[in-house]
Amino acid sequence: MPPIKPRHAMPSQDPEQRRRNFEEVATGYLEPLALGESSRCLTCPKPGCYTGCPVNVNIKDFVALVKEGKYLDAYKKIKETNSLPAVCGRVCPQEEQCEKFCLIGKRNEPVAVGRLERFVADWAMEHGVEPEKPAPNGHKVAVVGSGPAGLTCAGDLAMKGYKVTVFEALHKAGGVLIYGIPEFRLPKRIVAAEVKNLEKLGVEIITNVVVGKSVTLDDLFADGYEAIFVGTGAGLPKFMGVPGETLNGVFSANEYLTRTNLMKAYLFPEYDTPIKHGKKVAVVGAGNVAMDCVRSALRHGADDAFVVYRRTEHEMTARKEEFEHAIEEGVVFHWLTNPVRVIGDENGWVKGLECVKMELGEPDESGRRRPVEVKGSNFVMDCDMVVVALGTSPNPLLSQTTPGLKTEKWGGLIVEEETNATTREGVYAGGDAVTGSATVILAMGAGKKAAKAIDEYIQKKSK
Amino acid sequence: MYKILSKRDLTDITKLFVVDAPFVARKAEPGQFVIVRVREEGERVPLTIADFDRGKGTVTVVIQEVGLTSKLINQLKPGDSFQDFVGPLGKPCPIEESGTVVLAGGGFGVAPVYPIAKKMKAEGKVHIVSIIGARTKDLLILEPEMRSVSDELIIITDDGSYGRKAFPTDIIKEMREKGTKIDRVIAIGPMVMMRAVANLTKTLGLPTYVSADPIMVDGTGMCGACRLTVGGKVKFACVDGPILDGHQVDFEEAIRRGKMYATEQKTALDHHHECQCGGGH
Ligand SMILES: Cc1cc2nc3c(=O)[nH]c(=O)nc-3n(C[C@H](O)[C@H](O)[C@H](O)COP(=O)(O)OP(=O)(O)OC[C@H]3O[C@@H](n4cnc5c(N)ncnc54)[C@H](O)[C@@H]3O)c2cc1C
Ligand SMILES: Cc1cc2nc3c(=O)[nH]c(=O)nc-3n(C[C@H](O)[C@H](O)[C@H](O)COP(=O)(O)OP(=O)(O)OC[C@H]3O[C@@H](n4cnc5c(N)ncnc54)[C@H](O)[C@@H]3O)c2cc1C
Ligand code: SF4
Ligand code: SF4
Ligand code: FES
Repeated sequence: MPPIKPRHAMPSQDPEQRRRNFEEVATGYLEPLALGESSRCLTCPKPGCYTGCPVNVNIKDFVALVKEGKYLDAYKKIKETNSLPAVCGRVCPQEEQCEKFCLIGKRNEPVAVGRLERFVADWAMEHGVEPEKPAPNGHKVAVVGSGPAGLTCAGDLAMKGYKVTVFEALHKAGGVLIYGIPEFRLPKRIVAAEVKNLEKLGVEIITNVVVGKSVTLDDLFADGYEAIFVGTGAGLPKFMGVPGETLNGVFSANEYLTRTNLMKAYLFPEYDTPIKHGKKVAVVGAGNVAMDCVRSALRHGADDAFVVYRRTEHEMTARKEEFEHAIEEGVVFHWLTNPVRVIGDENGWVKGLECVKMELGEPDESGRRRPVEVKGSNFVMDCDMVVVALGTSPNPLLSQTTPGLKTEKWGGLIVEEETNATTREGVYAGGDAVTGSATVILAMGAGKKAAKAIDEYIQKKSK
Repeated sequence: MYKILSKRDLTDITKLFVVDAPFVARKAEPGQFVIVRVREEGERVPLTIADFDRGKGTVTVVIQEVGLTSKLINQLKPGDSFQDFVGPLGKPCPIEESGTVVLAGGGFGVAPVYPIAKKMKAEGKVHIVSIIGARTKDLLILEPEMRSVSDELIIITDDGSYGRKAFPTDIIKEMREKGTKIDRVIAIGPMVMMRAVANLTKTLGLPTYVSADPIMVDGTGMCGACRLTVGGKVKFACVDGPILDGHQVDFEEAIRRGKMYATEQKTALDHHHECQCGGGH
């Protein structure tokens, strides 16, 4: 076997430059790099890669098509199982999924599956590849929420000929892809193009409808929808529960990112929504959300932007690439540090964050070593803004207003494992609304599973 | 798009719009609000539902000009549309079953009071005493509408240019001194007015609702921008309110948080003026 060439690096904007702009950090493979990288794949008879992909993209075949320069066919191959490849290629935690199981990854670096997937999807977008609209089958389904779960479910059903209407509370479709994940990681034109593709399939998207408030699930059934998919995500922000959290200058990650992304506050005053420009910004937490906040703070002009996390680098949940990018951009990480109080000045604005040092104790239920406080180690970090990125839980708005829709204590909707059916007949659910904050591709997987079950349910009923 | 069917000038700076929004009208209740955007670059701003007609699918809002977005809204004309108009959001105002209710509306706060009074009047179970006021005569709104849904209507102005020269607190005190039994006070208006009423009624032991108007973004419980301390607990006004127990709200904090974007709000207006005069003026 010839020696395996090194993996092809992702072309990116220079860290010094990009830390001050909102343009995409990773600029993407051009054709020679894509050909080079695809040639590293061994087209294994028994590949590992696809087993690591939650929607089982046929990686071996699509990469082989890339090798031959058959990009349109490669795109069609990916689309057989993944409706949002331009998104997944950018934001999947590949090192935990497909690439983790790539066979050459055992001794060498794995094939850059995500980068190739992105290349193919971007190629298709540039070349205006259009979906074919299937013949209608006469049935109507409603989808609540337009995040990756809802969009995938809508797309799969539309492909089978269903007339699908998506109801979205916000004024733009895309869920976290549009309001949470920043432009520099996932350009909004990509999300908009994916949404457009769905509309071309015949999916109708109605924004500005809060289901549970503007309409109830019962209203939707009464309006002739035969089944409903609930993909309302996990949008309810957690706060720290420490004193000083309502001071001016303390934000939830959701507010900070929604202002920045959905409302385009980085273009203020061309856009009307303002955002605070902290000079010394503390971000609490160390997942993808925290990385997005701290890197946004730099782009909003912070001199210092730092992460405060009660565990260590080994326990943090952010995608590896985002963590590396953050370091390159000058983000400082304070591990084993836990906030206990936000300190305000005489006008009620943040001027510091009091923290304690932590040390790792015995493993907890999640298997991660539990951080315990080092008594008397309190100290104050100077800052003029605090962004709390401690995760989110499912928003109770819909479950509270819908009789018969049962949830776990922590808010997650209860569904049947096989079908994603909820405790109400004809109502299915998936994505973060069921699992709590997870990943784009898992949400999509759930949307797919539910689409299949909804199809079976309606076909059975109409016999 | 959400078409403006008619517009009425209530004062120089306060306009009433009737908007085609069947999804909102279908479920609207007094006390709830909508979030609107006026254009693609626009901010999401909350406005209380000032009236609705389920049959016609219309919702009425009243907006007073304070900064850029309210100015842009007030420039809209019949036939124009709101870019976005979502709701109804928040919890409806509980409607009393018996007794005497005092409804105090200050400034554009009379607009949110109106549908509450209207519903109480329609149910006919309570005696409605409305106190509507403004800084000065020219700023008083909805007097005829309020008269039609109140059992007693008291008009006050800060400067005495119309009705009595008094604050709502003065009227409530007087009513009590005259021995009127009050079962519930609902006060909606500027934060300082609501704070004054709540402080008074707390000492008098009169249950009081206020309608909080913190800065909001999504209005569905997703961002936490609207958080307030109510009875020592953090609440989100958009889902737990906006109607809240006036005796429990930390007004100092709410007023402070309301000023969070003061400098940016000025920048937005200045930028708008520059653009409109072709820059450099
Ligand atoms: C900042 C951030 C960064 C992330 N980074 C990554 C990453 O790099 N990689 C990755 O794989 N995952 C990442 N995630 C996680 C991922 O985005 C989510 O797991 C995924 O979006 C969940 O999809 P969903 O469809 O279940 O819900 P969401 O994307 O949350 O969409 C739910 C939609 O439903 C709407 N909705 C809610 N309630 C109602 C209602 N009552 N009526 C109508 N509409 C309603 C919401 O407005 C929203 O648009 C990130 C998350 C965040 C917040
Ligand atoms: C539940 C609720 C109901 C409301 N009902 C009405 C109403 O019926 N009629 C009316 O005229 N006004 C109402 N308001 C207030 C209205 O939303 C603000 O006046 C408006 O957002 C001001 O925007 P601006 O750009 O014109 O002014 P700005 O210059 O941006 O701000 C002026 C003032 O408005 C407040 N404000 C700014 N942005 C927001 C925001 N996104 N959300 C809330 N407050 C903000 C600021 O604290 C400031 O005090 C309501 C607010 C809330 C929360
Ligand atoms: S969808 Fe995600 S996990 Fe699956 S192959 Fe693509 S990048 Fe890998
Ligand atoms: S396991 Fe790796 S080398 Fe083998 S087919 Fe999959 S991507 Fe290619
Ligand atoms: S406005 Fe965002 S949570 Fe209330």
